[in-house]
Amino acid sequence: MSVGKEFTKGLYAENPVFKQALGLCPTLAVSNSVRNAVGMGLAMTFVLVLSNIIVSLIRRFVPRKIRIPIYIVVIATFVTIVDLVMAGFAPDLHKALGIFVPLIVVNCIILGRAEAFAGRNSVFRSLLDGLGMGFGFSLALFVLAFIREILGDGRLYGFPLLGPGFEPMLIMILPPGAFLTIGLLMGLMNWLDKRRCS
Amino acid sequence: MEDKLWKVSTSPHLSDRESIPRIMWLVAASLAPAGIGAVYFFGARAAWTIFLAVASAIATEAAIQKLRGKPITVHDGSAFVTGLLLAYNLPAEVPFWIPIIGSAFAIALGKQIFGGLGYNPMNPALLGRAFLLASWPTHMTIFRTPPRGGTISGIDVETGATPLNLLKQAQDVLHQAKVAPGEVPAQKISEAMMHISKLYESYGNLFWGKVGGCLGETSVFLLLIGAAFLLYKRYIDLRIPVGYIGSVALLTWAFGGSEGLFTGNPLFHVLAGGLVLGAFFMATDMVTSPITPRGKWIFGIGCGVITVIIRLIGGYPEGVSYSILLMNLTVPLLDRYTKPAIFGARKR
Repeated sequence: MSVGKEFTKGLYAENPVFKQALGLCPTLAVSNSVRNAVGMGLAMTFVLVLSNIIVSLIRRFVPRKIRIPIYIVVIATFVTIVDLVMAGFAPDLHKALGIFVPLIVVNCIILGRAEAFAGRNSVFRSLLDGLGMGFGFSLALFVLAFIREILGDGRLYGFPLLGPGFEPMLIMILPPGAFLTIGLLMGLMNWLDKRRCS
Repeated sequence: MEDKLWKVSTSPHLSDRESIPRIMWLVAASLAPAGIGAVYFFGARAAWTIFLAVASAIATEAAIQKLRGKPITVHDGSAFVTGLLLAYNLPAEVPFWIPIIGSAFAIALGKQIFGGLGYNPMNPALLGRAFLLASWPTHMTIFRTPPRGGTISGIDVETGATPLNLLKQAQDVLHQAKVAPGEVPAQKISEAMMHISKLYESYGNLFWGKVGGCLGETSVFLLLIGAAFLLYKRYIDLRIPVGYIGSVALLTWAFGGSEGLFTGNPLFHVLAGGLVLGAFFMATDMVTSPITPRGKWIFGIGCGVITVIIRLIGGYPEGVSYSILLMNLTVPLLDRYTKPAIFGARKR
C-alpha cells in the first residue's frame, strides 16, 4: 500500500465509525454537540498518533503473550496526559466530556490500531495510520454532531441557528438519535459505494 | 372447453377471496367506531389530526416506493391503517406537524427501510409514537381537551388528564407520605386517597370513553365493537389479547394494591389507558406477532407483564406501547422455539 493511502484510508474507505463500526460508545455519547465532538476528536487523534508511534517503536521487544497489557499501559499514559491537559486548559470541555476522556484508554479503535497495524508496521506508517484514523474518527463525530445538534437543539457550535419557532427534536441529542443518524449515514455510504462500483 | 378439462395445475386448488388489501381495509373499518368516537369526544381537531396522520403515511409510502423503484401499493390500505393507529395514539391537542412527522417516521424508518410491508420487525405506528414521545414529550403528554360529556367528576374537570396519569400522581403523593411521614400535609393525603377511590369507581366513564386520553384509546366500548368484528372475521387471534389483558388483570390485582397482595383493582387497569386498543389492534398485527399458538400466548403474556411493570413501578403512567415494541423484537425467537414438531412427531 502506498504511503499516502495509509493516511487517507482512515478518512473514508476504512473510517473507524462508519466502516469499521468501532468506538461506538463514545461516538453515541459525545456526538450530540459539535463542541464536544471536536474536543473528543482531537483528544482521540493525539492519543492514537502517539500510541501508534510508541507501539511501533517497541514492537520488536514486546512478548506476544502480554502485548495487550503493554499496549494498554502505553495508551493509558497518553490518555492521562490528555485528561490532565484538558482539565487544566479547557475545564468546560473536560466537564462536558466527563467519563469519556478516561474511557479513551479502552477505546477499541486505539487498541485495534495498535494490535492490527502499529504492532506490525514501521514507525512512519504507524504515524500516518494513527493520523488518518484520528482524523477519520473526528470527521465522523463532526458530521454526526452537526446533524444532531441542529435537529436536536436548534443550535450549531452553541449558537442558535433555527430561531425560536423551531421545536427541538429531543430524540436527536439522546443516544437513539445517534443510532438513527449513524444507521442512515452508513446506508447512504453503502449505497454510494455500490453505485460507484457498478 | 375440452382443453380446460385436461389442464393440470399445482396446488393450492382452492382459492379464497382474502387478500392483503381486503384485510387491511376491513381492519381500517373496524377502527372506524373508535375514530368517530374520538371526533365526538374531542371535537373537529381530532378529525384533522387523524386526516393529517393518514395523509402523511400514504404520501410517505408512495414517495419512498417511487424512490426505490418499486410498485406503489398505497391502495392496499396498510399505510392507511398505520396512519390511523398513530393518530389514535396522539392527544387531541397536538400541533398539526406532530401527526405529519410521526407518520412519515413510522412509514419511512419503521417500515419501508426494512423492505416494506411484511418485513418490519416492529409495529410502525407504535414506533412512530415512541419517536414522537422521545422527541417532543411535552406535546405528547399534555391532555388539555376534556372529553365531551364530562370527566371523572371533581378531579380532572379542567385538564382532561388521563386516568392513569391521575392515578400515578395520587400514588406518588401517598408514596411520599410513606417515605417521609409528616412532610406531606394531611389534606393532600386525603385528597389523593379520594382521587384514587373516585378513579376506581369510574368504570362507566372508562367503558364509554368519557375520560381524557389519546384519541383512539378512551372508549373501550367502541374499540370492542371493532375487535368483535375482527375476531368474527378471524383476522386476529384471541390468544394474544386474552394473554395480554388476562396477565395485566392478574398482575394488577396481585400487586396493584397498597394494602398487600391481591388488593389491587384489575378492572380499572384493564379499562384505563391504551390497553384495549393495544391488545386487540396493535399487539395482533400480523407482521409483528408470532404465528404459532404457543408463541402467541407467550407474546401476549410478555406484553402484559411489561405493561404492568411500567405502570406500577416505572416512571411512565402507561406502558402499553413500549411493552408491545419490546415484545415485537422477541417474535423471531418465539417463532423459532415454539415451532411445532413435524407431523407431530416427538423428539426422542
